[in-house]
Amino acid sequence: MAQALDTLKATDPSAGPVTPAERVARRKALLNWIAVHALGVAAALFFVLPFVFLFLTSLMSDQQALTRDLWPHPFEWSNYRKVFDTPGFLTWWKNTLLYAGLGTVLTVVSSLPVAYALAKFRFRGRHLSLMLVISMMMLPPQVVVIPMYLFWAKQLDMSGTLWPLIIPMAFGDAFSIFLLRQFLLTIPNEYLDAAKVDGCGELRTLLKVVLPMARPGIAAVALFQFFYAWNDYFGPQIYASENPAAWTLSYGLESFKGAHHTDWNLTMAATVLVMAPVILVFFFAQKAFVEGVTLTGVKG
Amino acid sequence: MSTRTGTYTLRSKRRRATLVAKRRKAALRTAAFMSPWLIGFCVFFAYPLISTLYFSFTQYDGFAPPKFDGLKNWSYVFDEYTLFWPALRNTLWLVVVMVSCRVVFGLGIGLLITRIKTGTGVFRTLFYLPYLAPPVAATLGFVFLLNPGTGPVNSLLGELGLPTPGWFTDATWSKPALTALAVWGVGDLMVIFMAALLDVPKEQYEAAELDGATAYQRFRFVTLPNISPIVMFAVVTGIIQTMQYYTQPLVAGKVASGVMGGSGQQFEPGYPDKSTLTLPQLVYNLGFQRFDYGSACVVALVLFVLAMAFTALLMRRRSGLIQAGE
Repeated sequence: MAQALDTLKATDPSAGPVTPAERVARRKALLNWIAVHALGVAAALFFVLPFVFLFLTSLMSDQQALTRDLWPHPFEWSNYRKVFDTPGFLTWWKNTLLYAGLGTVLTVVSSLPVAYALAKFRFRGRHLSLMLVISMMMLPPQVVVIPMYLFWAKQLDMSGTLWPLIIPMAFGDAFSIFLLRQFLLTIPNEYLDAAKVDGCGELRTLLKVVLPMARPGIAAVALFQFFYAWNDYFGPQIYASENPAAWTLSYGLESFKGAHHTDWNLTMAATVLVMAPVILVFFFAQKAFVEGVTLTGVKG
Repeated sequence: MSTRTGTYTLRSKRRRATLVAKRRKAALRTAAFMSPWLIGFCVFFAYPLISTLYFSFTQYDGFAPPKFDGLKNWSYVFDEYTLFWPALRNTLWLVVVMVSCRVVFGLGIGLLITRIKTGTGVFRTLFYLPYLAPPVAATLGFVFLLNPGTGPVNSLLGELGLPTPGWFTDATWSKPALTALAVWGVGDLMVIFMAALLDVPKEQYEAAELDGATAYQRFRFVTLPNISPIVMFAVVTGIIQTMQYYTQPLVAGKVASGVMGGSGQQFEPGYPDKSTLTLPQLVYNLGFQRFDYGSACVVALVLFVLAMAFTALLMRRRSGLIQAGE
C-alpha cells in the first residue's frame, strides 16, 4: 500500500520536479509493461483460439462445417441435442462417471494410509518401498498389460466391463501415494505427537488430525485421479472395446467420429461435451485448492 | 547381592519382552497401513512383470497353452517385425524435438507469467487450460483445426501466402503436428517453472544488476543455474512420458486416415506411413490385433527397460530432482 502511494506521489506532477533520469526509467517501465502484456495476449490467443474454433464449429450446420467459414450462420444449437440423442452417448457418460467417481474414492481411501506410513513411520524397507512406488509410477501401463488382460479376461471373465480398471484402484495408486506422501511430509510431527499424548492410536491420529490437515493434498490427488480416469483411453480400449455398453466418453468419442465421419459439427459438439466437465471441475476445484491451502495454513 | 542381580536380569528380561512386543506391534501396524499397496505391488506389478518376462520366451495366442520358444520372439521383433524400428525412430524424434520444444516453450511461458503484473490469475488459468483438455478430445480438435482442406489453420496460412502442409495426413508433417498439440498442453511445465522462478533469490538479481548485467546475462548466469534442477526434472519426466506416448498419436492416425472408429476396425498402424507409431502401440498391435502375446511381451520389456533407465536417472539424485518436481 505504502509503495502504491509512493508511486502515486511520483506520478503526480504537483509532488515536485521530476528528474529526466526518473522520466526515462518510468517510460522504460511502461514500455516493458506493454511488451510483456502484448506477449501475454498473444500467448493467450494461442492457448484459447483452438477452443474457440472448436466451439464455433460445433454450432455450424454440417455443410458449413466443411467450408472455410469461421462464424456459424445460422447457429445450430440443435447439434448438441443431436449428440445427446446419439444411441449410447448417455451410457458413456454414466460409465465414465462410475469409473472416474468410484475410482477416485477407492484411490484416495487406499492410498492415504500408505502415504501416511511412508511419510511418518520409521521402518526397515521404507526407502526401498518409496523407490518401488516411484518405479510403479513411471511404468508405462502397456508393460504389464498382457498378463493383466489374461488375468482379468481369462481367469476372472471380466472383459467387456470396466471393473478391471476400477478394482486395482482399491489397492493404492503409485502417483497418488507419492503425491500424498510429499504433502504429509509438510505436516509437522508435533501435531501427531500431541495427538498421541492425548491417547490416540495411529489410525485415530490419521483420521482426526492428519485427514483434516491434508485436505488440500487429498483434493489435489482426487482431482488428478478423476482426470486420469476421465481421460483414460488405453484402459477402456483393452477391457471394454468388445462391449459398447461399457464404453467411456474418451473411448466412445473416437468411434463417434467414425460414425459421423463427415459431420465435423456433431463431432466437435461431442468433443466440447467431453471437455466441458473437466474444465468446470477445474474451475470449482481451483477455488477449493486456494481455500484449502489458506485455511489450513499448510504450505502446499 | 545375588538377589539384586537376579531381580535386575528379571527386570531387563521383562523390559526386553515388552520391547519386542512393542516392536512387533509397530511392524504389524506398518504392515496394516501399507497393506493396500503391498497387495497392489504383488498382484499388479511384480507378478505381471515376471509373467511378461516368461511369456516373451514362449509362443502364446491366449488359447493353446504357452509353448517355450527360446529367443524366437526376440529375433522376430528385432529382425522381421517391420513396425519396430520405425516406432523406435519416431520415439527418438519425439524425445529430441517434442520434449525440447515443450521445455523451451514451458520455460518461456513461465518467464512470461512471472512478469505479467495485471490480470495474472486470468492469464495463468488461460495458459493452463489446454493441459486439462482430455487427450482424445484435444487430438480430435487438432485433427480438425489442422485438416489440410478446410481447417482454420491452413485457411489462415493460405491467406498469408504461406505453405499449407498436410499435417496429420503427411508423413513429414504428422510429428510436427503432434508436437504442436503437445506444446499447446504445456500448462503442467508452466506451473513447475513458475514456482521455480519465484524461488530464485531476489538478492542475486539485484547484485547482477549492480554489476551492470544485461537481461540476457541475468537469465544466463542467475536464473538458469538456479532452476537447472527443475529443467533437468522436466527433461527426464518428459522423456519418460514420451515412452508412454499412446493416445494422441493413435487417435490422430486413426481419425486422419478416416477409418471407422470403435472395436474391431483395422487401420493402417501409424498412419501416415508409420510416422505416428510409438512403442506402446506395438504392444497393442501384436497382442490384441495379431494375438501374438509372446512378441508383444518382448516390446513391453523393451519399453520397461527404457522407462526404468530414465527413472533411475531421476532417482539417482532423488533429493534434488524428485522433490524439485512436486
